[in-house]
Amino acid sequence: MLTTRWQPFGSMMAEMNRLREEMDRLFSRFGWDGGRLLARATYPPLNLWEDEDNLYVEAELPGFELSELEITVTGENQLSLKGERRQPELQGGTWHRQERGYGSFSRLVELPHPVDADKVTAELKHGVLTITLPKREEAKPRKIEVKTG
Amino acid sequence: MADALTKKEERPAEVTTAERTRSGVTYSPRFDIAETDEELVLYGDLPGVAPEDLDIRFEDRELTIHGKVRPRHDDVDFLYAEYGIGDFYRSFTIGESIDAQKISAELKNGELTLHLPKAEEVKPRRIEVKTS
Repeated sequence: MLTTRWQPFGSMMAEMNRLREEMDRLFSRFGWDGGRLLARATYPPLNLWEDEDNLYVEAELPGFELSELEITVTGENQLSLKGERRQPELQGGTWHRQERGYGSFSRLVELPHPVDADKVTAELKHGVLTITLPKREEAKPRKIEVKTG
Repeated sequence: MADALTKKEERPAEVTTAERTRSGVTYSPRFDIAETDEELVLYGDLPGVAPEDLDIRFEDRELTIHGKVRPRHDDVDFLYAEYGIGDFYRSFTIGESIDAQKISAELKNGELTLHLPKAEEVKPRRIEVKTS
């Protein structure tokens, strides 16, 4: 079991730089594929939060259909998100601006808790993907009964 | 022609057109812009914006796009956050003559496609060359 890399932070935006460093460290673990160094995966950006029962991962993926995304959970706590974005076809014209990215992407993130891979659900609404990952029983917080004497 | 479309606001924090009554961060959405003989086509990424929350205006050659993003979480403590959530705002100055009546927009899965047909007088004409 790895030491935890997901630290709860209070103010999210103020911590962005620190988070980025954390993320870079996290992904350096997955940076090798048979000796070939892969480009660092940063698309799509992800937000992650939890409640007692579930972990939630959210990503902004405008223009996608759910069927175009490949979402898998392996080894209880590894979430993989893959897809490909194609540029709209342009016939007989020119591009003046191209700010959006295209091509295939793949992200692999280590979740802070083991999840029940069979019960993972995903929803895509107005270009926002939300993945709900039910925590395994052992990861749920337990209320400790305190007996009074 | 490449300069005909100029980005007026790059940094959301500097949008000064009007004070917003709602606090929160506004983001500048990413756009691809194409031009054909017939029209300008703008593709913009507005994730989280419902069609009814999108406001597009074209006035005095200025195109403004304002997408409201409804809050998706109440008081969530993010374990990890790589992006912020807020409204989208951007405006472009359009150098070409546009037939404003024929502008059309479609928002699907958070992706905006905006067609700005050129006015008849600026469309390129093919000149017939007569042979004697």
